[in-house]
Amino acid sequence: MDRIATVVLTLIAALIIGTLIGLLGFILTQGWHKLNLDFLTSPPDIVNAGGGIGPQLFNSFYLLVLTMLIALPLGIGAGIYMAEYAPDNKFTQFIRMSIEVLSSLPSIVVGLFGLLVFVNMTGWGYTLFSGALALTVFNLPLLVRVTEDALRNVPRSQKEASLALGITKWRTIVSVILPAALPGILTGAILASGRVFGEAAALLFTAGMSSPNLNFADFSLNSPTSPLNPFRPAETLAVHIWKVNSEGLTPDARDVADGAAAVLIIAVLLFNLSARWFGTWVYKKMTSGSN
Amino acid sequence: MNHRIEGVGTNRQSLIARKMLTYNKRQFTENMTGRTIAMVCAALLVIVVLSITYFIASKGLSTFFVDGVSISEFLTQVKWDPEGEPALYGVFPFILGSFLVTALAALIAAPLGIGAAIFMTEIFPGFGKKVLKPVIELLVGIPSVVYGYVGLTLLVPFIREQFDVLGFSLLAGGLVLALMILPTITSVATDAIEAVPQDLRNASLALGATRWQTIWNVVLHSSLPGCLTAVVLGMARAFGEALAVQMVIGNTTKLPGSLLDPISTLTSGITLNMGNTIQGTPYNNALWSMALLLLLMSFVFIMILRFLGRKRLVK
Repeated sequence: MDRIATVVLTLIAALIIGTLIGLLGFILTQGWHKLNLDFLTSPPDIVNAGGGIGPQLFNSFYLLVLTMLIALPLGIGAGIYMAEYAPDNKFTQFIRMSIEVLSSLPSIVVGLFGLLVFVNMTGWGYTLFSGALALTVFNLPLLVRVTEDALRNVPRSQKEASLALGITKWRTIVSVILPAALPGILTGAILASGRVFGEAAALLFTAGMSSPNLNFADFSLNSPTSPLNPFRPAETLAVHIWKVNSEGLTPDARDVADGAAAVLIIAVLLFNLSARWFGTWVYKKMTSGSN
Repeated sequence: MNHRIEGVGTNRQSLIARKMLTYNKRQFTENMTGRTIAMVCAALLVIVVLSITYFIASKGLSTFFVDGVSISEFLTQVKWDPEGEPALYGVFPFILGSFLVTALAALIAAPLGIGAAIFMTEIFPGFGKKVLKPVIELLVGIPSVVYGYVGLTLLVPFIREQFDVLGFSLLAGGLVLALMILPTITSVATDAIEAVPQDLRNASLALGATRWQTIWNVVLHSSLPGCLTAVVLGMARAFGEALAVQMVIGNTTKLPGSLLDPISTLTSGITLNMGNTIQGTPYNNALWSMALLLLLMSFVFIMILRFLGRKRLVK
């Protein structure tokens, strides 16, 4: 019995690892031949073969930057409140409950909320900015949790030393505790970036499923063809994969999707690996004094 | 002379005392501003949750209160024909599809995920912790569209050839979702099993129990709430997943007769039709009602998770 169980469990583990590695290998090998500069930079072609994913790739990164610009300050602020101020009362419990609810909401529901509030009520239509706000809602709980944990892990003695010098609590938080917690917060932020990069369902009805012809020489924030204008519709890489598969007309739709999926996977794996690598690097750096 | 010096002294002392005892106004404002900013950020979370609930509910309920569709008909009728004459709004096929696909995914992924978690913690802890755990945690981050795309290019043609059917099916949806939630289940279950105190294992082994008996009777028993949490988390993710499922299930509103029949889910119905319907029409409102159902289901999942979490604390 013991031996049978060991064999079965080993087989299960092997099966899972095999499937998952096979999955990654499949996507990477399928898309490998598409990974050239031309594919990565040229705009997509709606009817003919040979289109690229340039604007989509740019949109994904730009949306990531916009989202982080909004979500990071809010997440860190809320994290500070939860770690340093929140008294043990009903309101705090309510905030914790809200964090739980937000983190388990289906992303399509967040997208629909974005459609109602950030697209229709504001009258902006499908814009990058609406997409960024929806993704902020989507990622806030993760950022708050990460910040709170990182702040709580800062040794008490550092805080007490600062307070004993007569420095106010807020100054202590901003200039002593927050810097010490920064590595943890950054690791979490990189992980959140990976999620933003791969998210599609929340963006279908907020950032839209189309991208205007971008003129990459135009850097004014107002021009509708400027890549930097946050109030233009923008299709991201993940949305593009979905769209090409469900309503693509080009003969090489499969090829485009292969390439885009490979790029997406590589980007997401890079985000996750760098978060891991960055975490250990900072840990070594910060603890090297004591070794 | 003496008197005068003393006078100066008390003056100075009281000045210092006042300086020490009264609030430094600048520092006080700084503290209060900081605290307020942090509090506003935290309150924002509550506001967002309340407004999501309010907006989706107000849109979703208008099917029943503005368009006059009865709630019981909406939930139990099997005919979905919002553009027909008369328009029929039975979303039961969607609800059934969502539940079936989630249950199928959980049935496949739960034993595999928990099995892998046991393997990583009990059988090959060294290899498990150093290699498998990081790999599985990396896989949690893979975007769901990618899973859907792989399902579309590999799984659907495979099923089509094997069983001589369309290929887009409940089975394909369940398999794609199972693959998608496997990493989640495995990594949460691993944490739960790792948290079982080593003493319990030692005590069981000292009684002469084999490794499998220890795992089955002691380790799994005491980490049960944690393992269930892992499965429910996976199910919540599967239930709310939209694009990966939509790509492989075929999207028909007929009730499925077997695992190989195409189906629809709440999420796929919303994804496909929300963009093509006009805001405010009964058809569109019915889609919002489906979104409201999704929201309510995620509340149910949270309640189950909270219940399991409390069980774990009691332990």
